[in-house]
Amino acid sequence: MPIHDQGYRRYGGSRASIGRAWQVMTRAGVLSVISKRQFLGLMLFAWAPFVVRAVQIYVSATFQQASFLAPKGETFREFLDQQGAFVFFVTIYVGAGLIANDRRANALQLYLSKPMTSAEYIAGKLAILFLFLVSVTFLPAMMLLLTQAIFAGSLTFVSNNLYLLPAITLFSLAQVLLASTTMLALSSLSKSSRFVAVMYAGLFFFTTALFNALRGITGRSSFAWLSPSASLEQLGDVIFRLPPRYQVPPSVAGLTVLLLIGASIYILSRRVRGVEIVT
Amino acid sequence: MTQMTQTGEGQSHPLDAPRFAGPVVQCQNLSVRFGKNMALKDVTAVFPPGAVGLLGPNGAGKSTLLKSLLGFIVPEKGSMTVIGMDVASAPLEIRERIGYMPESDSHIPGMNAVSFVAYCGQLSGLPSTDAMQRAHEVLYYVGLGEARYRNIETYSTGMKQRIKLAQAIVHDPDLLFLDEPTNGMDPKGRDEMLELIHDLAHNKNVNLILSSHLLPDVEFTCDHVVVMDKGTVATYGPIDALKGTTGRVYELRIKGDETQFISVLRGEGFDVKDSDEDVMRVFVPGATGDNPKVLFELAARERVQVRHVRPSVPTLEDVFARAVGEK
Repeated sequence: MPIHDQGYRRYGGSRASIGRAWQVMTRAGVLSVISKRQFLGLMLFAWAPFVVRAVQIYVSATFQQASFLAPKGETFREFLDQQGAFVFFVTIYVGAGLIANDRRANALQLYLSKPMTSAEYIAGKLAILFLFLVSVTFLPAMMLLLTQAIFAGSLTFVSNNLYLLPAITLFSLAQVLLASTTMLALSSLSKSSRFVAVMYAGLFFFTTALFNALRGITGRSSFAWLSPSASLEQLGDVIFRLPPRYQVPPSVAGLTVLLLIGASIYILSRRVRGVEIVT
Repeated sequence: MTQMTQTGEGQSHPLDAPRFAGPVVQCQNLSVRFGKNMALKDVTAVFPPGAVGLLGPNGAGKSTLLKSLLGFIVPEKGSMTVIGMDVASAPLEIRERIGYMPESDSHIPGMNAVSFVAYCGQLSGLPSTDAMQRAHEVLYYVGLGEARYRNIETYSTGMKQRIKLAQAIVHDPDLLFLDEPTNGMDPKGRDEMLELIHDLAHNKNVNLILSSHLLPDVEFTCDHVVVMDKGTVATYGPIDALKGTTGRVYELRIKGDETQFISVLRGEGFDVKDSDEDVMRVFVPGATGDNPKVLFELAARERVQVRHVRPSVPTLEDVFARAVGEK
């Protein structure tokens, strides 16, 4: 029997309205990542600091002798600093192949031949990384705050440090947006996810090394703006009402972060196209 | 008997119900430039419903035209409408109703065939259960039913062509853009692919535009043709009309001054295509075309010897040669 005799049916069912394709992408991307055991292992490690901090809060709340372990405002700042390492690994694991793999398989023309704009495509990919990074920064930090309230049996600490809610939100957002947009932009520049991972690591290590070298030579830390990581740290100190650690104006550090995010979005808008034109 | 389709919600569409009345694609003075190169020069063409072949040699601008219609390329000037909607102002509404099978190997990495096709259905707006159901159906339809749980990266070239067709039809588009769909396929696979395309166009009522440089592919699957060459439209119309309803093609081999004889034939108003093997194809138009006597008379007059005459039927190749030759 010829294969075409096996039938083809017209479709008369419902269709989702235009503008929702990015959600389909995000759902598929998230499911694909969490189906990997390696990633689940990484997430367990990423939540280990939360467990340690939760135990610390429990002990301080339960035993008078351990009151020196009681959390302060800067505890949450330190916690998010520690999570920076996991942000780095999760970004590389999840983000390196997000666009690079699509470019390798010529999938961009398939995506963009569907009812979706390149902005939706970028949003769909960004949302995958964003969700996982939020789950290792904002989510555990907020849960830590909640844990403190539960173990202490009162909201005194939270109400005394109400600034922590916007501070955690803002700093987590800065961490997540910087990592996700930078990684996505790098991912759009290559067809190899390994190369993208090396580029990302290189970008952060090289700029930090450059800053440290200049600090060693000049004895001043005013070149912190050269390093996205140092700029983020500087920004974090200001957000958490702590004395800034580097001799660079917070506005300059903030500008570095914003510029990197802006440049990444510009690269993405140039690279995510249905057709690659070489003139 | 009219075949009907059923959906999960009980709605139905007859297979032969018209999808879109009127020209499916219209281009008006379309120009596309890549740097210094004009890929499309003032292209004006109308693609009627049904199966239309977009024919031309490599570099003629066929793929550029399709990509412009998809909204991937912004033209320097000109306007385009696809299924009655303007490409510049309603690209998403258009893409919701069309299917695109690209020329190059394309897939979403890390998926098996059924997940990939269902995913493409969802991206086109189908609910997940409907998308999965249709993914299974279209994979059987294109002949990949048994291989539907295999990772696409393990597929052969022919299978990759089929999966590209499956993802293009999973959401039941009103118009299909097929860019060189038989590229890299073995003869059997190519025939099956052409059968599928013919079936989609003629039995399933899917409008399609088939871009190809292979004349037999277009001739087998399409009713209309748009011939492109060097970024312009050389000719367009129904294939039968372009071939010529009256007249006949003769394969002719002579002994004598071939160049001189060809110019004499052309002077008499006959189209001549000279092949590499000393055999020329001469199109003799009008009622006199049914009798080769005119060729013998001309040969006698020019003192050349006719060694071989064989009547043939005009093919799309003749149309193509005439159209491109005229330019």
